[in-house]
Amino acid sequence: MQKHIISALVANKPGVLARVSGLFSARGFNIESLAVGETENPELSRMTIVVGGDETILEQVRKQLDKLIDTVKVQDFSNISHVERDLALVRVHSPVSRRSEVLELVQIFRARIVDVGHSEVMVELAGTEEKIEAFLDLVRPYGIREMARTGRIALGRSVNR
Amino acid sequence: MGKIGAEILIDALREQGVEHIFGLPGGAVITLYDKLYDSPLKTILARHEQGAGHMADGYARATGKVGVCVATSGPGATNLVTAIATAYMDSVPMLAITGQVKTNLIGNDAFQEADVTGITRPATKHNYLVRDVKELGRIVREAFYIASTGRPGPVLIDLPADVAAAETDEVDTALQLPGYKPTSGQGHARQIRKAAEAINNARRPVLYVGGGVIISGCHEGVRELARKGSIPITTTLMGLGSFPETDDLSLGMLGMHGTVYANYAVTHSDVLVAIGARFDDRITGKVDEFAPEAKIVHVDVDPTSIGKNVSVDIPVVGDAKKTLEELNQLIETRERGEWLQRIRQWKEEFPLTYDRNADVIKPQAVLEAIDRATEGKAIIATDVGQCQMWAAQYYRYSRPRTFLSSGGLGTMGFGLPAGIGAQFGCPDQTVFVVAGDGSLQMNIQEMATAVVNELPIKIALLNNGYLGMVRQWQELFFDRRYSHTYLAEGNPDFVKLAEAFGARGIRVEHPDRVQPAVEEAMRITDGPVLLDFHTDPEENVFPMVPVGQAIDRMISGMA
Repeated sequence: MQKHIISALVANKPGVLARVSGLFSARGFNIESLAVGETENPELSRMTIVVGGDETILEQVRKQLDKLIDTVKVQDFSNISHVERDLALVRVHSPVSRRSEVLELVQIFRARIVDVGHSEVMVELAGTEEKIEAFLDLVRPYGIREMARTGRIALGRSVNR
Repeated sequence: MGKIGAEILIDALREQGVEHIFGLPGGAVITLYDKLYDSPLKTILARHEQGAGHMADGYARATGKVGVCVATSGPGATNLVTAIATAYMDSVPMLAITGQVKTNLIGNDAFQEADVTGITRPATKHNYLVRDVKELGRIVREAFYIASTGRPGPVLIDLPADVAAAETDEVDTALQLPGYKPTSGQGHARQIRKAAEAINNARRPVLYVGGGVIISGCHEGVRELARKGSIPITTTLMGLGSFPETDDLSLGMLGMHGTVYANYAVTHSDVLVAIGARFDDRITGKVDEFAPEAKIVHVDVDPTSIGKNVSVDIPVVGDAKKTLEELNQLIETRERGEWLQRIRQWKEEFPLTYDRNADVIKPQAVLEAIDRATEGKAIIATDVGQCQMWAAQYYRYSRPRTFLSSGGLGTMGFGLPAGIGAQFGCPDQTVFVVAGDGSLQMNIQEMATAVVNELPIKIALLNNGYLGMVRQWQELFFDRRYSHTYLAEGNPDFVKLAEAFGARGIRVEHPDRVQPAVEEAMRITDGPVLLDFHTDPEENVFPMVPVGQAIDRMISGMA
């Protein structure tokens, strides 16, 4: 089952998110992640939706999405050259005795420490999902206390390779 | 001097050419109703909001114009939901205006508050909650544009009471719809060429046309295509009227209760040309065995309809009318004698039929009597169930917009209010409502609306004392266990009921009386008449394709 990154430019007004998410839920699709934010044009938001599913059903969802009155443009980035990022905030258990090991991982991944407590640090990490998963994998033995992720955002590249 | 929201709304409706509004007042729309009181718009008082919604729907189906209905907030609006969903499933252009509690009360569980834009989101093409009176003029214009273009559908405007009463000098009218690009032109030229090539090379082509043909007004184009290529044509329930059923090329309806010959023709076709139809499960039966030998051409205005249920070989996204104008130029004249001969044989071998010598009234005979009395030219508004299927099978439609029926949602109680709406839209035409005793009682209150407005609609009640279609399924598939489908013991005396409303009622209990009663009803022109036909209680609709079976596996009668 291929994952699809669907990017939709939509009107920035109340109710639009419900329309979009309703389309997916009405067809029994589980949205893996959904990120919404304003674009360069304050009247529009960009929704980046990551969803897995059967190809024909996804094609149907993409067309349905396009049909919404509030949707200006829909792209499926699966076959388009693009840049994608995910941002994670992770509180990692790191007592003073093991902190340097965690800090080393943070450095290797070019992440940042954004908060420090007595026995834990909060790490901010941006990158592809793969990178974030790799980092999480490595810090999991230390203990992940809490985590928040934005879900993927994506933009097509200027030159499509 | 500014105008208040209610006045801006009425002005915008008039500007859009609206003449009739169907509705029921209430607290949240009282300002609007106050302004309607002396407006030139004809406001029709329904007795239930669902009735108002179906009236607007029937009006739209019969005229092609946008039907308008109004309800108050909360229960008024929720009563409208079934009518909105009905219109949505059948792509009917409709504007529903609902009152809402004042903006400062929204979300407070106020009296008669419901989240109506939330509730109707999946059942409308689009909806609006108006927060500022300055937007109202624009929103009404957008609503009409959205409802009536592309694949049409209902649009709802939720209007808070304070916005309806708020005054403004500024009326913003320019549409702001950057994301709405309805298909309006012909399909892609290359696709049309491919379709023409497939049709020209076909030996056993079949046209399968749906409601989209009626919506786009391309019945003439379809007729030209069929005749030029000698292509037999079957219509869906929604497509009835797009091709004269008296024509040799007509196969009638296909699908679950379609004719044997239509289903056989589709199953044996080598090219199936779908126009404005959506391969609904009641049409295809078992999808894997639907038109197994055919290359499928699908012309539709809505890209989401194409490839949804069956995979299509030649998709053509475009307006059916414009596409056919182009396509027909590329179609070569053909005889197709062998194919037509085979179909003729199927027609002779498996005609639509019933027991014509019975000593009880057969419901099919009622439809044939109406067909004779009206020469196939009446508007038939149906309820849902057996009565609907018999109306589809035994009345021979020849004109578009004359068969009004809830096809997609299958809403019982649709017929009477839809017939009322149609009669308002087409005052010079004969309107027959074909109802069942179960369905009719679901919106019987609208008899009052018909009486008060002196509408000469004729209600043919096929009174079999059962929820007949469910009873039929119980008979065939549930060992005749008639669980909760028997209505006769609680049914009212429908003649007395009609009379209680101030309408005429005629009871018909003998087959010989069917035709004279229909003729008598035709002579009544000053108000509604209800014909209470006591029909064979256990008559079934045949042929029938059991759910999930291939469409050429039909049950044609009781063993």
